[in-house]
Amino acid sequence: MDEIQKKLLFEVADLHVVPEGAYNIRANGRSVGRNSTANIDISPKPDGNGLNIRVKDGTKKQSLHIPVVLSKSGLKETVYNDFYIGDDCDIVVIAGCGIDNCGVQDSEHDGIHRFFVGKNSKIKYVEKHYGSGDGSGKRILNPVTEVSLNEGSFMEMETVQIKGVDSTVRETKAVLAAHSKLLVRERLMTHGSQSAVSVYDVELNGEGSDADVISRSVARDNSFQKFDAKIAGNAPCAGHSECDAIIMDNARISAIPRLDANNVDAALIHEAAIGKIAGEQITKLMTLGLTEKEAEEQIINGFLS
Amino acid sequence: MLELKNISFEVEEEGQSKVILKDINLKVGDGKFVVITGPNGSGKSTLAKIIAGIEQPSSGSILLDGRDITPLGVTDRAKAGIGYAFQNPVRFKGIKVKDLIRIAVGSDISVAEACKFLSEVGLCARNYIDREVNASLSGGELKRIEIATVLARGSKISVFDEPEAGIDLWSFGNLIEVFERMRAAGADNSILVISHQERILNIADEIVVLAGGEIKAHGAREDILPTLLGTDSAVSACGKMTGGAQ
Repeated sequence: MDEIQKKLLFEVADLHVVPEGAYNIRANGRSVGRNSTANIDISPKPDGNGLNIRVKDGTKKQSLHIPVVLSKSGLKETVYNDFYIGDDCDIVVIAGCGIDNCGVQDSEHDGIHRFFVGKNSKIKYVEKHYGSGDGSGKRILNPVTEVSLNEGSFMEMETVQIKGVDSTVRETKAVLAAHSKLLVRERLMTHGSQSAVSVYDVELNGEGSDADVISRSVARDNSFQKFDAKIAGNAPCAGHSECDAIIMDNARISAIPRLDANNVDAALIHEAAIGKIAGEQITKLMTLGLTEKEAEEQIINGFLS
Repeated sequence: MLELKNISFEVEEEGQSKVILKDINLKVGDGKFVVITGPNGSGKSTLAKIIAGIEQPSSGSILLDGRDITPLGVTDRAKAGIGYAFQNPVRFKGIKVKDLIRIAVGSDISVAEACKFLSEVGLCARNYIDREVNASLSGGELKRIEIATVLARGSKISVFDEPEAGIDLWSFGNLIEVFERMRAAGADNSILVISHQERILNIADEIVVLAGGEIKAHGAREDILPTLLGTDSAVSACGKMTGGAQ
C-alpha cells in the first residue's frame, strides 16, 4: 500500500498497521491482505465480487476488520460481502471506506453488506466513510446494509461520515425476530454541494423486538441531506427513530418519518428536529472567551461526538 | 475597577424610540460584591448584557481598570476580564460539563481540576462531570453549572443575571451558600449580581436601585436595604421565585 492508502486506512479504521485477528483489506479493487482465524473464516465469493465471512458459534471478544480504500481516480466497484454470524457470538466488525480522488473522473464504491446474525449473538458494526483529494472527480459511496437478526440477538451499528464524500445513498434494511434489538447511531456532516441520503427500512417481526435509529447530522454550505426512516411494528415491539439536525448556510435537510403499526402492541415513536445553531449557544461560548467561529465549531463537534 | 460612564440604551419599538437605560453612571470597586435591584422592566438585565458586550449601548462608555472596553465584542470582553452568567442558562446537545469548564478555563485541565469548580457550587462532581449540558439537567443543576463556568473563568468582574430565576426553593438555598462562599473568598475580583432577593441583598457590600432605566439610589447595604424591605426590590425567597425581567 502507498502512503495515501495508508492514510485512508487510518481515517476509516484507525489502523496504522495490519490489525490483529481476522481481516481483509481491499485497495483499488483487490485484496491486499487477508487473514482468517480459527473462528472467523474469510473467503472470496466464487465470482470474485466480494467475500463470504463465517463466524463460528460461540465466538466471543474477537474483531473483524474489512476496510476498503480507493486512491485511483475513475475506479467504480460494487462489492457484496455476506456475514454469517453463528449463535452466541460477541464480535466487533470494523468496516469503512476511504476514497482519495485527485483526478477528474468519479470514483465510486458501492458496498453491499448482508448480516445473518445467529441466536443470542451480539455484534457491533462500525462503518466510517472518508473522502480526500482535490481532483474534480467525485467521491461516491453507496453502502447497503441488510440485517437479519435472529431471536435474542443484538446489533449496534455506528456509521460516521464527516468529511469529503460527495454523494452517498445509504440504505439499511433490517428484519428483527423475537427479542432481538437493533441500535443505529448515524453521524453525518456534509459540506459544499455534497448530497447524503439515508434510508432505513426496519421490520419488527418478533415479539419483544426493539429498534432504535438515531441520526445526528450537520448540513453546511449548499449541501443536501435526506433522512428517510420507516419502522414497521408487526408484533408487540418497540421502535424509535430520531433525526436531529443542524442546518447552516444554504443547506437543505429533509426528514421523512414513517411508522407502520400493524399490531396493537407495537409502540412506535419518531422524533425529528432540524434547526440552526441557537444564537444564545454561540453567545454563551463567546462569554467564555471563544470567537464566534470557534464557538460554532465547538457546538458542531459536541453535537456530532 | 469597572466603570460605567453615561450609559444609555434605546430601542426602536413600533417606529418610536424607547429609552431602556438613561445616563447610567456606576463604579464597581475591586473586591466588591454589588447587587443591582429594582422592579421588573427597570433595565437591570439589559445593563448586565451591556457590560458583557451582548448589547452595545446607544451612548456612553465602559471602562475596565481604566481601559475603554466599549468597542470590544463579547469574546474580547471575556478575554479582558468580564464574566457573565446567563439568567436562563443555555443547553448544548453533546457538550459535556467538563468540556464547558475546560473552555471556560481556557486550557485542557484535568478532570480532577474541573471537578473542583463543580464542588464549589455544591454539585457532586463525579455525578456531573461527564453529563451532557442538555435537557436532562434540571433548572437548578443547570444554574449551578452556569455559575461553575463563570467561577472557572476567574474573571476580574463576574456578572450574574438573576441567579435565582427559574429554580426551586431548595436550590435557591444552596445558591445563596455559593454566593456566600464567593463573598467570603474575597480577593480582588468583583461580583455584580442582578437580583431582588432579600437574601442576596443581605450579603452585598453595595446596593444599586434601578427603576425606569435610571439609578435611583446607590450606597452601602446598611443604608439602602432598610429602604427597600417590603417593596418589589427586596422580596423574600418565598415571594418571587420565578420573577425576572428579560
